[in-house]
Amino acid sequence: MSKHRLRGRGRVDASQPVVFTFDGKPYTGLKGDTVASALLAHGVHLMGRSFKYHRPRGAIAAGSEEPNALIGTRRGPGRFEPNTRATVQEIWDGLETNSQNKFPSLKWDVGAVNDAAYMLFSAGFYYKTFMWPRSFWDKVYEPFIRAAAGLGVSPSEEDPDTYASRYLYCDLLIVGAGPAGIAAAREAAGKGLSVVLVDENSEMGGTLLSEPQSKIDGKSAWTWLEDELAALKEAGVKLMTRTTAIGYYHENMIGMVEKLTDHLPTLPADTPRERMWRVRAKQVVLAQGALEKPLVFHGNDRPGVMLAGSAQTYLHRYGVKVGESPVVVTSHDSAWYAAFDLQAAGAYVQAIVDTRPQVRQDLQAEARTRGIPVKLGHTVTATGGRLRINTVRVNPLNGTHVGNGQWIKCDALLMSGGWTPSLHLFSHTKGSLIWDDDLTTFLPKDTPEDCIITGASRGLWGVEAALKDGSVRVGEALSKLGVEATVSDYTVADDRVGTGVTMRELPTDRSAGKAKAFVDFQNDVTAKDLRLAVREGMRSIEHVKRYTTNGMATDQGKMSNINGLNIAADALGKKQPQVGLTTFRPPYTPTTFGAFAGYHRGDHFEVVRKTQIDGWAEENAAVFEPVGQWRRARYFPKAGETMDQAVARECAATRASVGIFDASTLGKIEVVGPDAAEFVNRMYTNPFMKLAPGKCRYGLLLGDDGYIRDDGVIARISDERFHVTTTTGGAARVLTMMEDYLQTEWPDLNVWLTSTTEQWSTVAVNGPNAAKLLQPFVKDFALTEDNFPHMSCVEVEVAGYPARLWRVSFTGEIGFEINVPAPYGRALWETLWDAGQAYDITAYGTETMHVLRAEKGYIIVGQDTDGTVTPYDAGMGWAVGTKKADFVGMRGLKRPDLVAKNRKQLVGLVTEDQSCLEEGAQIVLDPNQPIPMKMVGHVTSSYHQGTTDHPIALALVEGGHSKMGETVYIPMPDRTIAAKVTGTVFVDPENARLKI
Amino acid sequence: MIQIHCPYCGETLPELEFAYAGEAHIVRPESPSEQTDEEWAAFLFLRDNVKGPHFERWRHAHGCGRFFNAVRNTITDRFYITYKAGEPRPDLAKLLEESK
Repeated sequence: MSKHRLRGRGRVDASQPVVFTFDGKPYTGLKGDTVASALLAHGVHLMGRSFKYHRPRGAIAAGSEEPNALIGTRRGPGRFEPNTRATVQEIWDGLETNSQNKFPSLKWDVGAVNDAAYMLFSAGFYYKTFMWPRSFWDKVYEPFIRAAAGLGVSPSEEDPDTYASRYLYCDLLIVGAGPAGIAAAREAAGKGLSVVLVDENSEMGGTLLSEPQSKIDGKSAWTWLEDELAALKEAGVKLMTRTTAIGYYHENMIGMVEKLTDHLPTLPADTPRERMWRVRAKQVVLAQGALEKPLVFHGNDRPGVMLAGSAQTYLHRYGVKVGESPVVVTSHDSAWYAAFDLQAAGAYVQAIVDTRPQVRQDLQAEARTRGIPVKLGHTVTATGGRLRINTVRVNPLNGTHVGNGQWIKCDALLMSGGWTPSLHLFSHTKGSLIWDDDLTTFLPKDTPEDCIITGASRGLWGVEAALKDGSVRVGEALSKLGVEATVSDYTVADDRVGTGVTMRELPTDRSAGKAKAFVDFQNDVTAKDLRLAVREGMRSIEHVKRYTTNGMATDQGKMSNINGLNIAADALGKKQPQVGLTTFRPPYTPTTFGAFAGYHRGDHFEVVRKTQIDGWAEENAAVFEPVGQWRRARYFPKAGETMDQAVARECAATRASVGIFDASTLGKIEVVGPDAAEFVNRMYTNPFMKLAPGKCRYGLLLGDDGYIRDDGVIARISDERFHVTTTTGGAARVLTMMEDYLQTEWPDLNVWLTSTTEQWSTVAVNGPNAAKLLQPFVKDFALTEDNFPHMSCVEVEVAGYPARLWRVSFTGEIGFEINVPAPYGRALWETLWDAGQAYDITAYGTETMHVLRAEKGYIIVGQDTDGTVTPYDAGMGWAVGTKKADFVGMRGLKRPDLVAKNRKQLVGLVTEDQSCLEEGAQIVLDPNQPIPMKMVGHVTSSYHQGTTDHPIALALVEGGHSKMGETVYIPMPDRTIAAKVTGTVFVDPENARLKI
Repeated sequence: MIQIHCPYCGETLPELEFAYAGEAHIVRPESPSEQTDEEWAAFLFLRDNVKGPHFERWRHAHGCGRFFNAVRNTITDRFYITYKAGEPRPDLAKLLEESK
């Protein structure tokens, strides 16, 4: 049995020792212990170093609000988690834990030099210190901040655990299984409702676990608890432990994280580490209880200084005495019971120091009976001890006068500054709070959600009050759910109800300016920092918070918010509500990325759309690229080829004979109906009314602002049926835009729109031998210039499959696109591939497609356009049906800015030194002008692997269309490149190659 | 996550199924070519930036695909009503009264 463990006490299992390590040293705890309780049982208080000053720190609390005792936990490769609260992590055999923020060791830490230099690190020090000189930023400040920033160390390996997600719909969700929550559940149980009761702890009971002395309806607290939970379970209430309600979102959606394996010695197979529950509850009861406030005095952060209520938890729940000769300092009655209970457990309480001059007689009498010295109207002004408190300085208070100090030896200092209702989730609902002067705290007022708050979280102290309140308050929710509200009565004996006063920093006889009286322990924010922030002009608590970082640590102000507010309000000479309370934001406690990501990782992170021909591409060593969630073959390298070599080969082969390309990803929309032609005509710039069935036309889609949004070839299959293609990435956007106009602007048009992207496989064959290759497979239809000219379409059988055959070209070569029902795609591809061997057929990917189209000056929307380019800018005025009455964007094209002179226009660029430009590079007219230069455009596309004898580029250049033949300059980091402005067509300007 | 009532499907469903689609009751002029530059710019770009009840469009993108109108409070995110495209703008005063 470890030194400070009390045999037979607590809820730990003395028959089940558990061995774990802390900083490499093995410790034996008991099943049911947390890391903190097990270490405390061995007298180990020092558990970490603080963030800024690297001050030695111990556990100050016993629950999830702990700001100090943050550790790293490890379970084999990849399973490392920093910043775990030692007060929450349950121990198991083999658990490895480490302290953080120390070098080289926890007991001797170099970073603690910051503590000696603390005057430099006062409020706002980041803002003041790192301002200038400017040149220091890169070399001095940033590396310093980067090295110092962050708590703990990030895991470096991939997390091998899995994380689950679930939805849950219920009638009533109760958050917090203390007395109030359990009482609420009791009224709701057995009434045909689905009721869920959750608690973040490993077992339910809340306060009852730390206050076993009370007797509820004649039963001991723990017996009552056991019976009550069994009854709830029996009645069908879903009880969830180790489950934290992290956030309260709109319309009663509550996010909850259930920890499933972190407490287990061996990982069960096929079990996620955590599960994120997205709960939609018709009614919610919040019974989160209250958090104890620390007192603020010089040295209140020394290991061994702890919240009195937490010492009670360690004593009663874990059977651990946190000190053998503790001193208690308090402004609230509740801490007196900690002194009594520890004394009863064999400790020698050295003194109860209470800031109040008057305290309840019964408490004083009991202290006398137990032989505990009492100092009323006293303050604490300092503590001593290096890595653990060993003495505390106590001074009498006489009004505002602080008398001479007296040092009292001790091995722990238990403090209580009263209790703060836990209003985090309530605040997530945008619930309003009201300041209570008597309790010196905010209490919940109204919330827009179907939510009830009960027990200590609305400022009620004591087990009986909590039970009765939970029982009564849940009635409102039950009535709304249409069941009868009932109320149980409770009688509680030995209940501990107390009152207290709220202190700011405790009065001292020493210089307040030198006091290290901590308000936010994790971020090392002192009372002095808060007052300094106010002196330096911060007026709102939100500003004070950001300037000092008070409340910004991982505990999110659970300990520090109200103390910080009281001090800031005092410094401002205002009432607390006038200074305001910082906003509580989810998550309630730090939450793993894994819990949020859930199943969305690895292959499930994003959908990968594959065409029917994707398998062939994979078997033929294609290199893929993602395009609008599609996986597209980028190029098909032969052994030893680089991308440039492969693309050059694919380009040359296509222009020389025939290339085959998977165009299945092109967006496809079937536009059908009596008004189909009218609709397409209104949507696209080009005229479509007179397009005959069996013909294709290039279509340019604008927004009503006149800018290019998308493009594609549109085939008229029949009078009332169009097959519209879009860019690969634009398919969904274009359909949404079409639906918008059809549904809301032109509901009178009789048209149906259907996405058919995935219904068709599209195989493109291009090159001088394309027709020769294809002809034998086309049933009863001649692929001649006369019978099937460029921009024609026909429904025929190709290789035995029903097909929509188009004669179109995105390469400048004779081109066909064969659309077949999607499942036939690969068979058609392989048929053509086999037959194409006679023509040295070459499969090409998107990169070659890009090069070949650029050589012909065909734009790619989104690459050569950027949302501010008109058809005229792009040199595509020919596509605009100026005689039409209207089309989307027609009026927009006449906007003053769109007809202004000197707009950026799409041109070709050919470099003088034959170098290949960088896409995105900026263009200037005068390379010798002073910096900053006037930039007149940028390179949009650039290639050097094509079939021209020099690299080519497309660019948007101011007034480019009138700069033909002129030289522009592209300044690069190492040199300036000169380029001549040309037209955008580099190959076959007469389109002779399109002819069969 | 808010829940939205689709007036076409007649069901109240999670926000995930829907897409926001801008301010409601902005009608594309019958004859754009007759619009002055100022009128056309106003149609394209000028939108209210409401704090409180806002008339706006939503689309049941992962459901029936229909665009519809809604009145939503931009402070609380609460919907007062959703209604089909083409239906008249509801009386706001009455809506606010009813929602009390």
